[in-house]
Amino acid sequence: MRSAKGATQRLHPPIETRYLQTKTGTEMNNPLAKHAWSPYLVGAGIGVLSWFAFWSADHPLGITTAFEHTAALGIQAVAPQFAESNSYFQDNSPKIGWEWMLVVGVLLGSLLSSFASGDRERVVVPEMWRRRFGDSAALRMSVAFFAAGLMMFGARLAKGCTSGHGISGTLQLAASSWVFSITFFTVAIVTAFLLYGRRASENV
Amino acid sequence: MFDPIWKLALGLITGIVFGILLQKGRVAKYHVILGQFLFRDWTVVKIMGTAVVVGSVGVYALLEANAVSLHLKPLMWAGVLAGGICFGAGMALFGYCPGTSVAACGEGRRDAMVGVVGMLFGAALFVGFYPQLSAFAKAWGDAGEITLPQWTGTSPWLWIGALVAIAVVGILTERMKHTPSRPRHAKHVGHGKHVRA
Repeated sequence: MRSAKGATQRLHPPIETRYLQTKTGTEMNNPLAKHAWSPYLVGAGIGVLSWFAFWSADHPLGITTAFEHTAALGIQAVAPQFAESNSYFQDNSPKIGWEWMLVVGVLLGSLLSSFASGDRERVVVPEMWRRRFGDSAALRMSVAFFAAGLMMFGARLAKGCTSGHGISGTLQLAASSWVFSITFFTVAIVTAFLLYGRRASENV
Repeated sequence: MFDPIWKLALGLITGIVFGILLQKGRVAKYHVILGQFLFRDWTVVKIMGTAVVVGSVGVYALLEANAVSLHLKPLMWAGVLAGGICFGAGMALFGYCPGTSVAACGEGRRDAMVGVVGMLFGAALFVGFYPQLSAFAKAWGDAGEITLPQWTGTSPWLWIGALVAIAVVGILTERMKHTPSRPRHAKHVGHGKHVRA
């Protein structure tokens, strides 16, 4: 049993080195063909992109409003009577807008970037999760579904996420965003250590 | 129900650039997100920190030139704290945040695709229970749409100066640790150049 597990593990190159390869050496001159850019360059790029978003569309970068609006439009379509009695629809007017297209753009940008570099990750169970919790797809999918739901619920309760509060809000020096970001980071660290433990975390 | 077409196109273009940056920053990957929370991989903090420092300098400069206006979220204590707790626990279990999970779908990650459906479910719950939840969010008080400089009666440039200083110290400290004589380092680089060198 033990040796079989060891054998399957060797099929995967170490997590860290996989991302350092490009499709072929000759494509190195095209920045899109690289697997990774410097995190400082990426961060500066997101910073400049947020100037552009504020200036061009009068919008901060944010993701979760689009999900809220999609869900609200869905509820309106499926249960119009319920929607009529729900004060959400008096306080908000859900729409397909700039933020909705931003989310579509993120998907397209990532598709483009990952195809250009060959960094395609058709995984069901991430390697690090598999080493800790086994390769049950049902377990990983259920946790992903409910955890993502909980995350989105929290984001809408606080009116922002990692982008809306964590980046756009903190860069505006918004008090709410600093409180939110410190809270979520602390809770995520505690949760991650509960999941992986001190010893298991060495597998990263 | 629809924004004008130019605004939709602008959103799409901004999103495409955002998606490329997230994918090249490797934050659409489960082990990079979890690695940050376990203090094994500092990519997330490097990206978010740089984005906040660069973003704040530009946005406050544009604000002084009257080219932009701020969009602050209200400080509703119960909503922000309870939301932050749900968000943090959910993000560590899921392994992606809302934006990076969409980028992870673009990379082909199946668990992120299931998560996006779960996010719609979570958003629907929020909309469904909106009357109760919006009352709860303000239950411990609402300090309004306020910035840290307004709250403390200080200049925003004092805060931005402090953020820049923290970033410079952080980058210099990291540079000093990144000496080639320490092979352990090759394991944890956030970007390729240290390993290829």
